[in-house]
Amino acid sequence: MRVLDANSLSRQAARIGLEVAGVAAGAVDRDARFPTEAFEAMREESLLSVLIPSELGGSGLSIGQVGDIVFELGRHCASTAMIFAMHQIQVASIVRHGRSTFFRDYLAEVADRQLLLASATTEMGVGGDVRTSVCTVERVGADEIRLEKMAPVISYGEHADAILATARRTPESPPNDQVLVLCRPPGLVLEAISGWDTLGFRGTCSLGFRLVAQGGTELILADSYGDISSRTMLPVSHILWSSVWLGLATSAVDKARQFVRAEARKKPGVTPPSALRLAELIGQLQRMEELVRGTARRYDEMCDDLEALESMGFAITMNSLKVSSSTLVVDIVNRAMTICGMAGYREDSPFSLGRILRDAHGAAVMVNNDRINSNTAQMLLIYKDD
Amino acid sequence: MDDTIRKILAEHGHFPVDVATIRDEDDLYQAGMTSHASVNVMLALEDEFDIEFPEAMLRKSTFESVAAIRDAVGELTGS
Repeated sequence: MRVLDANSLSRQAARIGLEVAGVAAGAVDRDARFPTEAFEAMREESLLSVLIPSELGGSGLSIGQVGDIVFELGRHCASTAMIFAMHQIQVASIVRHGRSTFFRDYLAEVADRQLLLASATTEMGVGGDVRTSVCTVERVGADEIRLEKMAPVISYGEHADAILATARRTPESPPNDQVLVLCRPPGLVLEAISGWDTLGFRGTCSLGFRLVAQGGTELILADSYGDISSRTMLPVSHILWSSVWLGLATSAVDKARQFVRAEARKKPGVTPPSALRLAELIGQLQRMEELVRGTARRYDEMCDDLEALESMGFAITMNSLKVSSSTLVVDIVNRAMTICGMAGYREDSPFSLGRILRDAHGAAVMVNNDRINSNTAQMLLIYKDD
Repeated sequence: MDDTIRKILAEHGHFPVDVATIRDEDDLYQAGMTSHASVNVMLALEDEFDIEFPEAMLRKSTFESVAAIRDAVGELTGS
């Protein structure tokens, strides 16, 4: 095993993005298939364990540093970057909330075998509210539990080595009293119940599944899902998703820059009209970069301060990050399209923006911005910034 | 004060159980209070006791039990 620093890992991610994920991105999108080659390359470089502490065999990176890796991947293949981000969100939840010997050993196994973790938080019958569950942890015998869940989506479920699923703590528990359970083979059975034919993020293969899992009681994380969600899963999701979108936005801007330079070379001495649009676009990209990287830095600084993580101000900040960055990415890709014109609209040009545009529109609907803003609006009824 | 707190919880907490069965130290979130409902509880408490919860008190632990709410309200009303 080679332990590398954040910069080397980020350079590896940039290389894999360019040479592997980017090369396959068109086929992954067209066929809605898992980006197998990118994940083989990432396992080779131990990128799946970057968030795991070094004493357990990982690289011990911060969320901000993982965000840099996600960004590099996002510049080349949105699906690869999103799957990588979602995996790291699960790892972060275990790193920060799995204090038992079992989960420490499991993290060492994730690092050693470069396991890929997925998530089953949404459920049929809860109206998209991941903070409520219908399914429940059932006891079967003294030390065994069983869980059955109808999940409308489990991203890359068929390609994951294990799945973290939410469920009510007991059959008597109210819908919001949830725990997070590690579901893994041989006690895990998935049966596909719906397909994944979408506008973008097609390679995430987010099919619907009936999930049935069985195993020992040690598979339940000790902290309540409410705490895992507010302190880790939600903020880390919003930071890493935003890093994917920042990668998408940057790749669109890169194309616009190349296009404007090519135009300028055709008529030296005449500033092409698109150059002005590019100046505006760069400003938008800068806003997004500062938003995403600044919020990631703030999270890294406060991630061990439980009081701060529990505060309403923090929740509002993290909600706003998701809504703002998912809106900015669409705005930026649209502006790049205006600059590149027909060359951007065409599917057969080096400036083609079609796939990026389709992926960008996933940002506002994966956990709908209206749902997030409603939640923020509710908090603002009571929140005072003083 | 406890009766008023419990009346507000019954009205705005949306518990699946009778609030009378919840003990002072029980976790209200585990008893079924969602974060959405908790904001309505906070608003009703502010109105009822004519107080404002400062930013530092707007966290889950302040409202996690009847006892915690009593302490918080007591601190703000000086009773």
